Amino acid sequence: MNPPITSADGLAGIVFLVMLLVTGAGAMIAVNAERTIRAVAGLALCFVGVAGIYYFLQSPFVALMEMLIYVGAVCVVLVFAVMLAEPHPEQQVSKRNALVGGLSFITAGMLTWGLVALAKGATWSTAAVRMNEGTMRDVGLSLLTTYSMVFELVSVVLLVAIIGSLVLGRAGRSKA
Amino acid sequence: MNILDLSNHLQTYLVIGAFLFGIGFYGLLQRQTLIGMLISAELILAGASVNFMAFNRFVAPDPTVGQIFTLFIMAIAAAEAAIALSIVIAVYRNYKTIDTVDVADLEG
Repeated sequence: MNPPITSADGLAGIVFLVMLLVTGAGAMIAVNAERTIRAVAGLALCFVGVAGIYYFLQSPFVALMEMLIYVGAVCVVLVFAVMLAEPHPEQQVSKRNALVGGLSFITAGMLTWGLVALAKGATWSTAAVRMNEGTMRDVGLSLLTTYSMVFELVSVVLLVAIIGSLVLGRAGRSKA
Repeated sequence: MNILDLSNHLQTYLVIGAFLFGIGFYGLLQRQTLIGMLISAELILAGASVNFMAFNRFVAPDPTVGQIFTLFIMAIAAAEAAIALSIVIAVYRNYKTIDTVDVADLEG
């Protein structure tokens, strides 16, 4: 329960703390940065930390997918959107009530406090038996047997999303 | 609970998920541009995914269910990001801005 700092468990604990720090710092940059491109960079940093947390949850496959899909694809798409639609920074004057920032901070803080209190207060019973070890092989097997229907449906959703974003992005382009 | 042993407790991950959700919720309320709000929505989804993975590791009898659900969340989030960004670009083309206050004449 109390690993020495030089043992393998202690070093893993230090790496876990670093991952927590990366996640938190990235999330704070993502919501507080003035320029949107810096917020996207913070989001990428946050997702690297989340991928590390998934690795500590014994799911290297999901960690890999997090890096591939979020850091590799979603953040790049966001960068493209910033390049296409970012207004000039000098035009970004605040048109909002100054209270919005403080009030949203208070609301989000109360929500977070409530969730943390709930998580610390509750007791969870662990499962009596585990059906498998949750390795990459087990994930692949159940993805292609038990969840094969959902797997196919997700591919249809992605196809519709591709066509829909093409149609939306194409509309009105000829007159511009 | 030793600080180097944090990765073996369910509560740690639940607190991480709650903080990601809270930060994302704060950003969703406070951001002024549509892209900033989309970034905050991604943070909220990341918090939900961390919760699913934590319960999957510590509580679930079948430890593949949470991983597969997280993979589906990723697929849906990628589709959502693509659709939302094409909407943002369509709005920018018509309004020459992505500030949420300026495009408020879309309200009913």
